[in-house]
Amino acid sequence: MSDYSFHVAGIRVQPDLSGAAWFPDLKTLAVADLHFEKGTSFVRRGLHLPPYDTKATLGRLGDVAEKFQPERIIALGDSFHDGQGPARLDGDDVAAIQRLTRNTQWIWIFGNHDPAATRGIDDLGGVALEELCLGDLTFRHEPQGTGGEVAGHLHPGAAIRQRGRRIRRKCFVSDGASLILPAFGAYTGSLNVCDPAFREVFDGSFRAHIIGREEIYSMAQAKLVPDRTGP
Amino acid sequence: MNVTGAVQTAENNLPAPFLAWFDSRGWAPRPHQLALYAQACAGNSTLLIAPTGGGKTLAGFLPCLTDLTARGRPKPGSSETGVGKGLHTLYISPLKALAVDIARNLETPVSEMGLPVTMETRTGDTPPARRQRQRHSPPDILMTTPEQIALLLSHNNAPIYFGGLKYIILDELHSLVASKRGDLLSLGLARIAKLAPDAIRIGLSATVAEPDHLRRYLVPQTIEREQMSSLIQGQGAVTPDVSVLASEEHIPWSGHSARHAYGEIYNIIQASKTALVFVNTRSQAEMIFQELWRINEDGLAIALHHGSLAKEQRRKVEAAMTRGDLRGVVCTSTLDLGIDWGDVDMVVSVGAPKGASRLLQRIGRANHRLDEASRAILVPANRFEVLECVAAQDAAINGELDGPPPRTGGIDVLAQHVLGMACSEPFDADALFEEVRSAAPYQDLTRETWARVLDFVATGGYALRRYDQYRRIVKNEAGLYRAAHPKVVQRYRLNIGTIIEEALMRVKLVKKRPGKSGKPGEPSLRGGRFLGEVEEFFVSQLKAGDTFLFSGQVLRFEGLSETEAWVTRSFDDDPQIPSFYGGKFPLSTYLAAKVRDILADPESWQSLPPQVAEWLGIQKWRSVLPKADELLIETFPRSDKHYLVCYPFEGRLAHQSLGMLLTRRLDRMGAHPLGFVASEYALAIWGLNDMSGVDLDALFDEDMLGDDMEAWLAESSLLKRTFRDCAMIAGLIDRRLPGDEKSGRQITVSSDLLYTVLKDHQPDHILLEATWSDAATGLLDIARLGDLLKRVKGHLAHKPLERVSPLAVPVLLDIAKEPVYGAANEALLREASQDELIEEATRLV
Repeated sequence: MSDYSFHVAGIRVQPDLSGAAWFPDLKTLAVADLHFEKGTSFVRRGLHLPPYDTKATLGRLGDVAEKFQPERIIALGDSFHDGQGPARLDGDDVAAIQRLTRNTQWIWIFGNHDPAATRGIDDLGGVALEELCLGDLTFRHEPQGTGGEVAGHLHPGAAIRQRGRRIRRKCFVSDGASLILPAFGAYTGSLNVCDPAFREVFDGSFRAHIIGREEIYSMAQAKLVPDRTGP
Repeated sequence: MNVTGAVQTAENNLPAPFLAWFDSRGWAPRPHQLALYAQACAGNSTLLIAPTGGGKTLAGFLPCLTDLTARGRPKPGSSETGVGKGLHTLYISPLKALAVDIARNLETPVSEMGLPVTMETRTGDTPPARRQRQRHSPPDILMTTPEQIALLLSHNNAPIYFGGLKYIILDELHSLVASKRGDLLSLGLARIAKLAPDAIRIGLSATVAEPDHLRRYLVPQTIEREQMSSLIQGQGAVTPDVSVLASEEHIPWSGHSARHAYGEIYNIIQASKTALVFVNTRSQAEMIFQELWRINEDGLAIALHHGSLAKEQRRKVEAAMTRGDLRGVVCTSTLDLGIDWGDVDMVVSVGAPKGASRLLQRIGRANHRLDEASRAILVPANRFEVLECVAAQDAAINGELDGPPPRTGGIDVLAQHVLGMACSEPFDADALFEEVRSAAPYQDLTRETWARVLDFVATGGYALRRYDQYRRIVKNEAGLYRAAHPKVVQRYRLNIGTIIEEALMRVKLVKKRPGKSGKPGEPSLRGGRFLGEVEEFFVSQLKAGDTFLFSGQVLRFEGLSETEAWVTRSFDDDPQIPSFYGGKFPLSTYLAAKVRDILADPESWQSLPPQVAEWLGIQKWRSVLPKADELLIETFPRSDKHYLVCYPFEGRLAHQSLGMLLTRRLDRMGAHPLGFVASEYALAIWGLNDMSGVDLDALFDEDMLGDDMEAWLAESSLLKRTFRDCAMIAGLIDRRLPGDEKSGRQITVSSDLLYTVLKDHQPDHILLEATWSDAATGLLDIARLGDLLKRVKGHLAHKPLERVSPLAVPVLLDIAKEPVYGAANEALLREASQDELIEEATRLV
């Protein structure tokens, strides 16, 4: 089922197991919330993690680019965990990003973690934009509920309960008019799509396209369950 | 050694005040006390093995007290007093409370004989000011714990402090050596052996299966030859009077509450002077205590004692116990060790005893006089536990013992010690390597591992060397390793030790009153007193309004406030949240074998309660009873699922690992297993397809411990907690820093991240290896699983059935939310995504 696809605002989109979305008719690949250099950002909080999350994310990004051979790659914002992120990249990672931005038309969409003021992003190649319109689709970081949106920001995840067992994974979520991508970055978590935040984006019902180990599972909203709430 | 001769001489040599003191009490020194004295006078380190109540502790102190008496009271201002003087005797116990108790007990002879001796305790509870003073002007005798030894050794005055040491007394040695604390202590002793080569070591131990392990532990090892201390075996106690409760009630098929027997336990307490009721877990203690009070119409003084109660509350119970005011105490293993609780005449052991030695130590709490038989009653909580109790009873009566094999020293503990040594003074790597290898648990440490441990302490390992924070030791100009920074030393001292507490939350009893905000239904809560601490894991399962048992009362959970769980008193009789977690100890190999023997031999069922014998009888008729060397595997359908149940009797941990590996293989064979549940005795796997056709010999083949296991561990998050403990012991993660009280939850989050990242980027990191080897003996019990697979090879007895067998009922009743192998999760996801289609196709409107 690797070519599983659905339509957003009439345009075909193929959700990939990696968390990227492939738009075959636009020859465009979209990824959301890369959160590069999240690992090194923990240093400020006294936690010294091996600085490999950027490498891991880039590795997966390289693989998915290899697979679809896109003409354009759109990073839907929060590509860096903070405004100082680009400055902390190590040399190999800079080279890997530059390879990608050289070989494709690369778009950095600004996010709340890496706003327009993010320093050093220009040196990496590509174009940095607030948002980008392609046909009927608008690619932006934070969904505004306008329809025709392809966005990130919310890190969607979905849970189901089947035969008494609860299973929770990252997912794509769409009502046919808009699409929200899961976070692509290595150290990112997810927010349950039953959270009110998603109601502000989708008026009616939506489907979650849940990322399994080898397949994407499409699930109706009615099938989804919220997280167990704490006290 | 000629014991009689030595004893004769020793008695003659025992100084007059001591002989007179024994006389004044109407006592004579016991042979093992004199034998130990003689050994010590001859300069021999010695292990004394004697049952509780044998005057073991006094025996241990006799050589030290006589030596101090001979020294006399030092003149004021002489080098033997005040600042700069060293210790004379070190007493080390595994429990803070035991150190305090021993100090109190020793006070009597010392003051009655007017001996010129000063003694003090030093534990984590000792006020900082006193600890500071003790470091500069120590008493003659210091009573302390392994962690404090490590702390004292990390200071640069250690050579003076320990240099004059004459005696080291290690109490409850059998308990000390069985854990990472024992590893840490062994390394400390190796250093002390350098500082005070002539100090005599005296080990005191309860009866153990293999005394030689302890004899080796006690003395420095050399590469050429195995070294052992002398050994004195005290007189054995009278055969204990052990019975299994012949319950008149219906014995449950499963569960661990023993609820059916509460009335009978109450009657036992009523008929005894003072009874100790031992249970395996804290929550079980709470429940029994609660229920006993519910039926306590005579108002008997029954108290509760377990590790998570507030300290003051425990002290109160202990004091009442010593005064003889109590008729019964419900307690967990916090009372297992040698603390003297006065006149206990009955021990009730509720639930599975788990091991023969463990049971004997508990029984030893009753009747502290050697010439009287200890009385104990075992109360099994379910039918399988009946078999286990009968097996343990046989073992206790016949004096048979079991026990864990000696430990190989932990790598994480070694890393901690290496840093500690650098904090004390710069060290030469080769010299420290030799010193470390003189500790028995580290005898076989290779130079290669040593180099990696050093590298870890110096850099954090390859994946982490980018950060200064992990560079904790550096080489100085002389080529010696020293602490990289004073901060490193400070952090080391704050993080010392090997006991990683489960993250605990303080339980605070608050009162409800109408809120100031006046909002209806939202009463504000106001402060009350602390009841004690519970595991964060437990609290995290509660939602507001849930009731649970704690501190002997039913409490209502209200909410969290940082590290406190706020509760109010509930008037419910029945708490909603049953909080039983299985005990930590698996069934010992020895008892497991005995249980299999009982099962296989219907003749032996005469000693079982009739309902249990009947249960086994029906099993024999309906299915099969496995022979002692066989593994019975039953397959049968039930409602919409198919089951495979096997009965290895190797403990829950080994069964759980077996379940993970079998489901993985079954999945590969196309049998679509959905889940499994493991108990102490059995393992049940269920799935959508009939599993009776699979090749069982291939399924149970030992080769599952190869690739399958590696693949499983690579995916599983099971080892994260083990890693957290190793990382904390090895100093990779802090327990707490001044002004930065991390909550347990924060620590867990960061250690999970570290684990994942190290696994991806440096899978051969030395801490991952340490984690793996800990898990293999602990959490996963791979060692035992391996033995099991070897044992049953060619001895599988498969019985396909039409319906569930009597033996399978207990484990099926245990079925709860157990994690399943990932592929089943995928199957469920697929099924859920297809439900919609099916519903659509079958919809009627």
